[in-house]
Amino acid sequence: MNRFMRSTLTGRARSMAAVLFLFLALFGPAPAAVEAQVAVRGEMVHTVAGPPIPDGVVLIGADGRIEAVGPASEIQIPAGYRVLTGRVVTPGLVDGRSVVGLAGPLGVPHDQDQIETSNPIQPELRAFDGYNARDLLVEWVRVHGVTTLHTGHAPGALMSGQTMIVKPVGTTVGEAIVDSATMVAMTLGPEVAQLFSGRPGTRSRGVAMVRQELIRAQEYAARHAAASEDSRPPRDLKLETLARLLDGDLRALVTAHRVPEILAALRLREEFGLDMVLDGAAESYLLLDDIREAGIPVILHPPMARHSGAMENATFETARILRDAGIPVTIQSGYEPYVPKTRVLLFEAGPLVAYGFTMEEALALVTIDAARILRLDDRVGSLEVGKDGDIAIFDGDPMEYTTRVCAVIIDGIPVSEECY
Amino acid sequence: MELARALPIPVSLSRGGLSTRACASPVACALAVSAFLASSFLPGSPLAAGALEAQERPHAFVGARILPVTGAEIPSGTLIAQGGRITAVGASDEIALPPDAVVHSVEGKVLMPGLVDSHSHIGGGDGGDASGAIHGEVRILDALNPLDDRLRTARAGGLTTVNIMPGSGHLMSGQTAYVKLRYGRRIEDMLICTDPLGEICGGMKMANGTNPMGNPTFPQTRARAAAVVRARFQAALEYREKVAAAGDDASRLPPRDLQLEALAQILDGTRMVHFHTHRHDDILTAIRLSEEFGFRVVLHHVSDGWLAADAIAEAGVGSSIILVDSPGGKLEAMNADYRTGAALERAGAQVGFHTDDGISDSRFFLRQAAVAVRAGMSREAALRAMTIENARMMDLGDRVGSLEVGKDADFIVLSGDPLSAYTRVEESWIEGIRVFDLDDPIDRAYAVGGYGLIPISERIGLNREGGR
Repeated sequence: MNRFMRSTLTGRARSMAAVLFLFLALFGPAPAAVEAQVAVRGEMVHTVAGPPIPDGVVLIGADGRIEAVGPASEIQIPAGYRVLTGRVVTPGLVDGRSVVGLAGPLGVPHDQDQIETSNPIQPELRAFDGYNARDLLVEWVRVHGVTTLHTGHAPGALMSGQTMIVKPVGTTVGEAIVDSATMVAMTLGPEVAQLFSGRPGTRSRGVAMVRQELIRAQEYAARHAAASEDSRPPRDLKLETLARLLDGDLRALVTAHRVPEILAALRLREEFGLDMVLDGAAESYLLLDDIREAGIPVILHPPMARHSGAMENATFETARILRDAGIPVTIQSGYEPYVPKTRVLLFEAGPLVAYGFTMEEALALVTIDAARILRLDDRVGSLEVGKDGDIAIFDGDPMEYTTRVCAVIIDGIPVSEECY
Repeated sequence: MELARALPIPVSLSRGGLSTRACASPVACALAVSAFLASSFLPGSPLAAGALEAQERPHAFVGARILPVTGAEIPSGTLIAQGGRITAVGASDEIALPPDAVVHSVEGKVLMPGLVDSHSHIGGGDGGDASGAIHGEVRILDALNPLDDRLRTARAGGLTTVNIMPGSGHLMSGQTAYVKLRYGRRIEDMLICTDPLGEICGGMKMANGTNPMGNPTFPQTRARAAAVVRARFQAALEYREKVAAAGDDASRLPPRDLQLEALAQILDGTRMVHFHTHRHDDILTAIRLSEEFGFRVVLHHVSDGWLAADAIAEAGVGSSIILVDSPGGKLEAMNADYRTGAALERAGAQVGFHTDDGISDSRFFLRQAAVAVRAGMSREAALRAMTIENARMMDLGDRVGSLEVGKDADFIVLSGDPLSAYTRVEESWIEGIRVFDLDDPIDRAYAVGGYGLIPISERIGLNREGGR
């Protein structure tokens, strides 16, 4: 179930993985039970992989994966399958970037683990060490249709820590994890100076600090590679993480809203060969050629996030403009320091259908497009045979605010059956 | 108000050659702005002169689905506005168009009252400072900026009447301002009252719960907060008695106290209290205070309203609520629930929605109604909560909040149903003057974002005093 088992981790990363294997062995998910044999029948099934299917059926097998998709006239629902029905069936939603599980609803230190301000560069902070699977907001995004969640440390630090991919289920992080270390969350912008009381105090200083740390990590990795087994320099968790970033084993998730910060991010990518994803990117529509040439995707800010501060020039059309320019793009529920403590991915797609997206396009944006950017499209993001049995059932057009999410299924198991 | 109505308004401008709904990007829209301004907004433009004439002629909006809010929906209706008021509204086949009418075809559109927001922080104003917890004498109208960009995003959201409030960091942070979102250079151009020196121009903002707690001039407990408020209202009672006892004898009047004067207006019932309150017990405390001193109150936010719906209904007080996309953000809003609107409606209590802009953006105000319906509120109550109920909470129910003959010609033109995510606000009209037009490239940048890229001189414009 875990990307660990399939990934090609190198060096230190492999030993970290070993620790997690143990962790998962102790706390990990039980194998999918026979109860995972579920059939979903909808008046309209949007597979996102092809045209919508009127009166469609999706069968999910005992392994939690989709075993058949098609019109009810062609698919026999086997005896013993639990049947869930609804008006509109879609893949479960894929949230491009969130802090849910680390940033809880209370807004007091007790449940705010999304950012640590003792040092502006802390890539070694692991998301799964701070994730509370029982947090109310994990349930909140789940009942509103999210089945895959890219979550972790918040924007605001030069490097705030790592992100990971989970399914919003289970009572421990081990049950939730899909990919334990996905990206390193970086931020370039004046908000860093604010949060870290002037250390760094300017954007240029921030970029210089990031460059210096990455250069140290290059030197650390070179020393390690050159040293014999018994003469290696002492292990340094920060530099080790940065070495993974430089290797491309971790991706750089760079929050940059304004033109100068986006250009600085692209410059860092070029200098260090980072595997980069732009995050937030409010003014990305002003740099279409640069971003397209860099060949990197954009996890755009939530359209309804406040258009103020670094986001003052955000628009409801940016997703469409990026997509039309051939830049891979998705949206996110993002990070909010106050209310709403998390945005709802489904609701954030609303402004897009008012300004240029069709329902199908908006749905693709928050399912398969996000899955591709997270490199999980072989598992989630569309209803296709062999993919995870992650499904949302709606009582109408999913993009309408008056439509409710009436069931959510993750890995073939119904995890919400009330209308929200 | 009369000033704004009399100014030359190029009403028909944006129906000219330039349509920007299809412009490729905000930048392209911004570039289009210069050409638009150059061709249309030059001083002395013949269009501007024609607009003045247009203001005096009746304007007929023909063919829309009309939602009057206080009456039944009209599938194909006509609304006629003249002299800033609605002179006719009804089924198109029952309304004769005046021969001199300027006819606007709005077929396929939805026309409804301009939205009324009972709680907003647009306009860049402020209220009381850290010198104390009670600032009844402070007026937000002394700090509002009529050129604030967020007044314009609010027009883009279909808002036409707004209660602009100081914040919730005080027990009483100051006097609120009831405004129409007319274009103007002075706040007087926007106020609904005509004489801010002699009239009551808004309500009074109060708050309880954790926001007004602090050190050292602020209370640290809820009971202390209530005691401080009670002591001030007691002082106001005594002040009012002295004023009454003085009668016509000016020499017997107490020294004029601006704060007690404003509190006396509250006791007289001429100034509404707008009371920020979240938690169940705080809601009940606000009601208790209003009953002890007999003041009129609207509860605001009311996060735990679903837990206190019957008590609120029994007290007969209104609730101006906000539906936030997830619970919490602070402890006292932990139990906030989408179903509060439905619960209050079922209990028979008065419900309005507000933006609390910038907590939620005014451009998403209509969304509040849709989310409330999602959580069980009736469509009818949700539409009233965007319009007439908020107007009543500001004692403006006889002027705005519904489409009725004699009321102000404040309305919006929508591309579709007000509760649909696919719907865009296309035009906002105040007193017969168009203040927002999605076809205008500058207005469009305010609707979709990116207006900061347009030079300020062009954003403000040369002939924008009275709208368009």
